[in-house]
Amino acid sequence: MMYIDPHVHMVSRSTDDYVRMARAGCCAITEPAFWAGYDRSSPQGFFDYFRQLTEFEPRRAAQYGIRHHAWLCINPKEAEDPVFAREVIGLIPGFLERQNVLGIGEIGLNKNSRNELEILEAHLQLANDRDLLVLVHTPHLEDKLKGTRLILDAIRRFPRLDPGRVLVDHVEEHTAKLVLDRGFWCGMTLYPDTKCTPQRAVDIIECYGAERIWMNSAGDWGHSDPLAVPKAQMEMRRRGHLESLVEQVTFRNPERFLSQSGRFSAAPLRPTAPDVTR
Amino acid sequence: MADERPTTHACPMSRAQVVDAYFMEHRARLLDVAAFLDRVDRAGAGADDFRMQAFRLAVDVLRDGRPERARRILELLSDPSTEPIAKAGMKGATGAHDASAAPKGGA
Repeated sequence: MMYIDPHVHMVSRSTDDYVRMARAGCCAITEPAFWAGYDRSSPQGFFDYFRQLTEFEPRRAAQYGIRHHAWLCINPKEAEDPVFAREVIGLIPGFLERQNVLGIGEIGLNKNSRNELEILEAHLQLANDRDLLVLVHTPHLEDKLKGTRLILDAIRRFPRLDPGRVLVDHVEEHTAKLVLDRGFWCGMTLYPDTKCTPQRAVDIIECYGAERIWMNSAGDWGHSDPLAVPKAQMEMRRRGHLESLVEQVTFRNPERFLSQSGRFSAAPLRPTAPDVTR
Repeated sequence: MADERPTTHACPMSRAQVVDAYFMEHRARLLDVAAFLDRVDRAGAGADDFRMQAFRLAVDVLRDGRPERARRILELLSDPSTEPIAKAGMKGATGAHDASAAPKGGA
């Protein structure tokens, strides 16, 4: 069965991961801008990163028959300096017309600070003004519940932002209902330690339904598993869930949400040859 | 008016099937928790820090017989405050809320 990994940071992953994902049925991915593990020393560092997300990484993915799409932002971990962050946000409009850009993301909060909130609102204003899809990062561990509430309240201050065009990611048992009850889409990140396991993600579907929900690996430079989505498919089958439900959560739901961008495609892609002239 | 409640998808397995499928791996995880607590004890005397205090409260939730244990443990480990903090002092997270060190909201 084909699947979509709607949140994975492939700039941090190897070509071996692309091979394994393609063999497991991955046909399309979306890659939000995120923290590199260190703070960039200048806004120009983000300019180069946005080029990587919109030029190089789509070509690399295509070699394995995977369609690559991107989201742009300055992530909340680098939002504590609002002047710096606003310079980066000023770079984003220059990339929005690129064909693989779906919207603004992953924006949100990290430690729930005032500066993070200010920069979240600046991103939301950009999405609001340009009618862009939004992918939201919710904080880690003990900061998630408070941060999710602050984020949902912030989005509500932008009445033109349709909840049906906003996905709030990294939900767990204590935040999934908060997000769904307000009409947003929600994403479950499958991490070995710090977010949902495949088992818990399937539990959440059993408790809250499968209408506006997806699963992703959020594979990055940390302890993570780029094959987490097919492993969750296996978990659903192990329990006896219908193939139609497996397909809904791992293919049709992300396709439905992402297609609102007008840029997303999960159509089969013949692997391309590497460009040896580059 | 149409019922707009989400369609849930109850686990198709029976109670016995769930136990058959998951007992062994969770037996192993239970022993991991037990061994972790033993390891902490063997490491010497000392007071529990905020993480271990929360951990022991979370273990109590496992035994209280009430539903939604996962949600309640996550809430137990969460920062209960509601206002943004003045400034982020670090980027990471510890896994449990430290009430004694938590920055206060406001300017």
